[in-house]
Amino acid sequence: MTARTDELTSLETDDPGNWTTRLRGRIEGLVPAGQALPARQPVYVASWIYIFGVLTLTSLVVVIASGCVLALGGVQWWHVSSLGHYVNSVHLWSVELFFGFMVVHLWGKFWMAAWRGKRALTWISGMMLFGISIGTSFTGFLSQSNFSSQWIGAEGKDGINSIGAGAFFNVLNPGQMLLWHVVLLPLGVGLLTLLHIILVRRRGVVPPLDAELEG
Amino acid sequence: MSRDRTPDSHDFPTRRYDLVKEFVIALVVVLVLSGALAAVFSSPDEKAITMSGWAKADPDNLVTTAAGELAGTTTSAGYGAPYNTAAEGQKLGPIPMQKLGGVRIPINSADLVLGPLSNSSIDPAVSSAVATWKAATPDQQTKWATAYSDAIGTAAADGAPATGAGGEVAKVKPGEYGPVPALSSGLLALAKTGGLEGALTSSGNFYGGDQTKSLLLLADGAYLEDLAVAQNLGGDQWGMMNEVGNAPGQPWMWLYTFWYQVKPFSTSDNADAQVWGLMMLLTLLLMFLPFIPGLRSIPRWIPIHRLVWRNYYRTKRA
Repeated sequence: MTARTDELTSLETDDPGNWTTRLRGRIEGLVPAGQALPARQPVYVASWIYIFGVLTLTSLVVVIASGCVLALGGVQWWHVSSLGHYVNSVHLWSVELFFGFMVVHLWGKFWMAAWRGKRALTWISGMMLFGISIGTSFTGFLSQSNFSSQWIGAEGKDGINSIGAGAFFNVLNPGQMLLWHVVLLPLGVGLLTLLHIILVRRRGVVPPLDAELEG
Repeated sequence: MSRDRTPDSHDFPTRRYDLVKEFVIALVVVLVLSGALAAVFSSPDEKAITMSGWAKADPDNLVTTAAGELAGTTTSAGYGAPYNTAAEGQKLGPIPMQKLGGVRIPINSADLVLGPLSNSSIDPAVSSAVATWKAATPDQQTKWATAYSDAIGTAAADGAPATGAGGEVAKVKPGEYGPVPALSSGLLALAKTGGLEGALTSSGNFYGGDQTKSLLLLADGAYLEDLAVAQNLGGDQWGMMNEVGNAPGQPWMWLYTFWYQVKPFSTSDNADAQVWGLMMLLTLLLMFLPFIPGLRSIPRWIPIHRLVWRNYYRTKRA
């Protein structure tokens, strides 16, 4: 059976058993219509504190981009190339900015009690992002293949081993740490960031505290 | 906050807001900041320590460490999981956290010496020493290595008198050391050639990539720690969050590092497990703060939010 494009919607509505249709419906329902990229925000969204969320996000973009350039050159490139060393410096400083902005964003949201109005999962996903970001940066320091990596590995192993995790996550194995740093943990950061942003767009920006009784 | 009465944000009046422009401007700001900070402050890259460097800078320490590995008295020899079963490892209260992970990276400390010498020695005296060691009983091996370690001894430090030869291998008196002096000096000779890292890392595989053995050997000696402490990177110097020189390291780990500086953690044998446990607890508290009465009300009691939404409140009053 064939159908014209303008007939598809009604035909699909009549096919509730279609997995593709159901998945599309779930995806489309994640964020209210028009709220994925709205051109307007509630009137109370008017403070510099709101900038730190997007600054954290853009820092992450620079972190990933500079990391990708480092990956092009390989593990040893930044030790022997002035350009590579500069890219590594950009990577380091964008990470420092990322954490700085993230901490201000986190405490800003704390003082706004931003978990109100069914936003607990947004808060939790943000905290998980903070934690997994620390792990990602830690594996980065272990992957530098220099004196710092040697010392951080020698010291860090005691902490990791003390809870039994060292049996699976060997900080003295730079090959394993590098793969965690460039694949597994960034994947976690990316997915959690996506979840966090979807949740923010789904619920919208949390209203002021004393606006609670207005609704 | 007995009941959450927060209204739907989509029901409020709106104002013009350009998310994409905000993102682009923020991206440019971060790019410029990162680029400028990188250009001005660069990033530290102090070369990795080599076994050859250790052998040349502190040969006595390398020989002492080798004897200790054979005697089973080094840190890694008595570490416990995940390397061996020589110790219970750290506990969190009654729970043997370290032991629970199991011995999944089995390492015999004597193999840190015998492995490289067995695989790469071209000196007949060293090969003979390896054969003599392997032919001896475990008790005999321990007696030889312990006697040699004791004979080397340690230099006077922190008010404690020197022991043995004061840590100077050349001054060790003759004794019943078996092949241990030849094995230790053989490891020193191999380290000086620059071949020790490869012998420990590759483990017979053309492609190396796992530095566990070489880092454990390095950490068992005093050379690595001495260099780190000289750069204020020691565990009691907030070392986990610092970097070499004046470069920023991981300042976001300040709280984790802080606990190591204070009692009871600074004097506890289970400090690592206890600090981990405490940090996990604090992280969970912060993560699930929306559900914890009292803690979740702090923003109401300390009205910093009035600064954030001051324009809204002013308009509302008017």
